[in-house]
Amino acid sequence: MTAEHLDGNTLAGPLGELFAVDVTTATGRCANCGLTGPIGSLHVYGPDPGLVGRCPGCEEVVLRLVRGPGRAWLDMRGTVTLRVDLPD
Amino acid sequence: MGGFVSIISRGFHGRRRDEGDRLPPGQYLVEDFPVLSAGPTPRVPPERWEFAIDTEAGVTHRWTWPEFLALPQETPTVDIHCVTEWSKLDTSWEGVSLDTLLENVDTAADYALVHSYGGYTTNLPLEDLLDGKAWIVHRFGGEELQPQHGGPARLLVPHLYFWKSAKWVRGIRLLDDDRPGFWETAGYHNYGDPWREQRYEGD
Ligand SMILES: [Zn+2]
Repeated sequence: MTAEHLDGNTLAGPLGELFAVDVTTATGRCANCGLTGPIGSLHVYGPDPGLVGRCPGCEEVVLRLVRGPGRAWLDMRGTVTLRVDLPD
Repeated sequence: MGGFVSIISRGFHGRRRDEGDRLPPGQYLVEDFPVLSAGPTPRVPPERWEFAIDTEAGVTHRWTWPEFLALPQETPTVDIHCVTEWSKLDTSWEGVSLDTLLENVDTAADYALVHSYGGYTTNLPLEDLLDGKAWIVHRFGGEELQPQHGGPARLLVPHLYFWKSAKWVRGIRLLDDDRPGFWETAGYHNYGDPWREQRYEGD
């Protein structure tokens, strides 16, 4: 079966509205199975009614992003940690 | 003469006016059937399918696929409205009314949390499932409901935005307290009445 989901890097633009850094290169840890990897490696479904990023290991929801007029909702309950590399 | 013309043309104009009346605010009409998904499409073979209603008292009522098909079937033709602004008129379905499924279920619950194969959930007041307003459907347009549209069976609750009509429905939990579902906890409206344009939280 061909992949139904979008590339994880699809998240770069929508998340770029919220974060000062490129979150797709940050390292996330799946709250369900513990798999660690870049946010850009998530299996993304959407964009409507919202973007749903799922763990490539267990398919559980890692993050959800809904963009309404004038506001956005970001749910990251499926992420234990997000490691962002920054300059010293 | 004027009267004669108005009688002849009433059907045509009447239909056009009806279509306008049937389109909630902010919606446009589509002829196709867009597919929106929040995850991989579950493939549930009928022999593994079951539908369950759990009451607030902890009692579970279950139906296998053959048991579900043996229940009285209805063929609702309804308009559906997606929160992403498309509406589709006169969609025809076949399935079992929630009135039938809940007939012998002893409950005083006020809320329902619908859950699906694949993990999706959506919530609504129990009264929105009753009195001929909701069905578990397994056929669309005279054919078996395809997996991308929620087959083997989905909830159909057409008076609310279509995200409430959970695809791949697996069961309903009856609850004393409201428990927001998948989209309802991510910015979408808790109730979702298309006629009041309740798209997002706070609308
Ligand atoms: Zn995982």
